[in-house]
Formats: sequence, structure tokens, C-alpha cells
Amino acid sequence: MKMAYYPGCSLQGTARDYNESILDICNTLDIELVEIPDWNCCGASSAHMTNHEVAMRLSIRNLMQVKDEKLDILVPCPACFQRLKAADKALKHDPYHWDVDDYSPKFELVHISTFLAKPEILERISAKISRPVGDMRVACYYGCLSLRPQHLTDAVNHEMPTTLETIVSAVGARPVSWSHRTECCSGSLTMTRPDIAGKLVGDIVRAAERGGANAMVTDCPMCQANVEGRQLDINPSGPHIPVYYATELITAAMSGSYPEKQQKVHLVSAQVLQNHLNQAALSSTEETR
Amino acid sequence: MQNMTISPAKGNRKFLKKLKERNIDVQTCYQCGRCSAGCPIADFFDLQPMEVVRLAGYGMEEKLLASETIWLCASCDTCATRCPNSIDITGLMDVMRELALRKGIKPAVPQVPAFHLSFMESVKRWGRTYEIGMIGAYKLRSGDYMGDMKLGLSMFMKGKLSLVPHSIEGKPEIRDIFAGKGKEYER
Repeated sequence: MKMAYYPGCSLQGTARDYNESILDICNTLDIELVEIPDWNCCGASSAHMTNHEVAMRLSIRNLMQVKDEKLDILVPCPACFQRLKAADKALKHDPYHWDVDDYSPKFELVHISTFLAKPEILERISAKISRPVGDMRVACYYGCLSLRPQHLTDAVNHEMPTTLETIVSAVGARPVSWSHRTECCSGSLTMTRPDIAGKLVGDIVRAAERGGANAMVTDCPMCQANVEGRQLDINPSGPHIPVYYATELITAAMSGSYPEKQQKVHLVSAQVLQNHLNQAALSSTEETR
Repeated sequence: MQNMTISPAKGNRKFLKKLKERNIDVQTCYQCGRCSAGCPIADFFDLQPMEVVRLAGYGMEEKLLASETIWLCASCDTCATRCPNSIDITGLMDVMRELALRKGIKPAVPQVPAFHLSFMESVKRWGRTYEIGMIGAYKLRSGDYMGDMKLGLSMFMKGKLSLVPHSIEGKPEIRDIFAGKGKEYER
């Protein structure tokens, strides 16, 4: 299997570990990823908030880089995904307006959780699991941009999505039922208005705890950094709730361990995943006895 | 709000035309309030989302462009997604933010556009986001030198911030985009 890949800027910076886990999974599942040649930044929120034309044309350039290719494009970052989808729809609607003569792509833009939650991919993941992630209770957190607005994202159920729950269940974790799965964490305001980000993150984390979770799982690099980072301000002494990428749970279940090197990339203690893997190992040895 | 004239001021017809061009039909709003009810940041707004839509319908551009709301909106799209009349409220916020910048209106929350412009400068220069450069530019622009020093340092120590920018080959194309190439007819 072969796919085009748009990692986006975050996955080369603050979310480098996210990128590594994705490459690791695709490698294990024999999925070849071909990076879009010379891709540029999608502009994220900053572009569409300040300059509509520039925002559209930045994402259009990325699509033009692969316009004759047939490979579906895997996009991990929800912000990039939403921007690329916006450009794709604008081009389909009126290519001439954007100085493109013809736009009839043979590829689709695929958000990573939609991809990983496909039955055939889950089957392949299950076949490679060496140790299920014990009885870890996780709050699956989607945030905004892979879901909203639905007319751009084509999300199947934008108010009650299920892809992350499907993925984490497949690796043995237990998704909890909770209230803030699709609430905004205000990632785009985290530097400029940490007071607002702190309030929103506080609400989200408390909701996850009320739901009985001891970890959160997301597919968004901005949510990951913001929800972990802001906990340090609003509750300096802890305890904190770690936010894992769904792909980290998959690589941990595949390899059977969540090494200290990976734990240390998190801004709060991320040991709970390794603890659960250890417990799972213990109970399986007891069973064999 | 009692003594306001509600017919659009002459100059603001252009604003209503712009909204129409972007398919943002603010006139269909019947003030149900779902946008305000679901907005996660509404507590911090000086104008509630439903007020923004109504004022936009009246073409009351000045009040809107001077508001904190347009800068505090995080574009999470909860309002637009839930609007029973499919009003693209996030698109409306975008139009107002861009217009405020173009008109040089003093932003009510200056650090927010300072951040966005620093981000855009980084993309213009390298083709991709260069986080450290962007953060530096933002600090200079906003004067917020000490904010999040500890968090930034911790992210750096954890290898989350790259020292060198990721530059792309197609920088000339990116510069053309920023220079407004292809946009000539829109002006």
C-alpha cells in the first residue's frame, strides 16, 4: 500500500514524536508514505484569520504539487487537513478563480484517524500487537479542525465522532464516556491569551477526570501541546493528565513498551502508559501459569 | 443599543457586499442563540456571537472591527457548524479581521494580530513555520518578553523546537503568493 503524505510544520517541530510514531506504524504495516514534494506551510489559523487570498493560495500550492498523482494524501494534523480540504473544495468549485485551468484530482485527502479506524487497517494493526494496552482508561479528545466545519471536513459525525475510540479500543485501552470530546482548547490563543487557554484546558482536563480517565488521547498536535502545557500553569504541583497521540498507543502496543525516551518528550509525566503495559504483561504471565 | 440607527451607513454597504461575495448570509439570522450558547470563549467576548451576526446584518462595521471578539475568536467553528441557517460565522470573523488589518484599525487585543503576523512572516520567509523565529518575532512585536519563558525553555530542552528553519525550494512561489499574484482582479 502506498500513500502521499503531508506532515505539516508541527510534525517537524513541536510534534516530531507524532511524526515518528506515524512513520513507525506505516513501516510496520507496510504502508509506503511519499511526502508531497517541497510542500509548504498550510498557513493554519493565522493565514485564514488575516488574509483569505494568501491562505487559500498556500494550500492550493500544496495540492498543485500532486495534482496529477493518484495516491490518497494522508494528513495527520487537523489544522492542515481542514485547510487542504478548504482549498480542494474551492478549486473544485471554481478552479479558474484560482488561476488553475483544470482541477479534477484522482486523490482524496484523508485524515489520519479516519484512515486508522478503517476496518482493514485495524485488522492489520491487531495482527501486529504484541501487548495490548492493559486496562488504561482514556478520554479521546478530537478538538475542532478534523471535524468542523462539516461542509469542509466531510466528517461522518462531527458532534459525536468515534474514530479515536475505535482505534484505542483496538489496542486494548478502554475509552471513557465524557463531555468535552469536541470542545475547543483554544490552541491558537495559547501564546497570546494564556488566561483563556488555561480556563478552557482546565475545563477539558476536569471533564476527562470526571469521566474517569487517567490519560487523554488525541490526533491534534496543537491540542496535545496546549492541553499538556497549560496544565503546568493552572495546576503547577499536579497531578497532571498526559495527552498521548493515538499513534503512540498503537506503537506502544505493537512494540510492547513505551520507552523513557518517548515519555520524556511529554511536558507532564507520561508514565501511565508504560505502567499499564507492565500490568498487562504481568497478568498475561499469571494467566499462563 | 437603544438609540442606534439600524439601517446600514453608506460606507458599510461595501462590507455587506463583501459578505455576500463570500456567501456569508447574515440576514438569515433569527437570533436563536445557538452560536453564543456553544461558543467556548463567549465568556471573554465583549460582543456575543449572536450580537456579532446581528450587527453585521445592520452593516455596523465600525463597532465590529473595534471589538475584542473578532480577535479572541479561535475559529473553532462550533458556532458555524451549529447555526440552523448555516451562517458561516467563522468566515464572518475572518472577513472582519482582515478588514480591520487592511484599514489599520487599532486592534482591541493587539497581541493576537501580532502573533498571526509573526507567524505569517515566518511562512513568507521560509515557506514553512519556523517556530523559534516566529516566537522571537512575536515577542518583539507584542513586547511580551517574559510570558511562557519556562514552558518555551522546557519545549526547547525536549527537542520540540528546531534551532534551524525548514526552508523550501519554492520560496519564490510563496513570495508571489504574499505579493498578491493572481489576486490582481480582486482588488
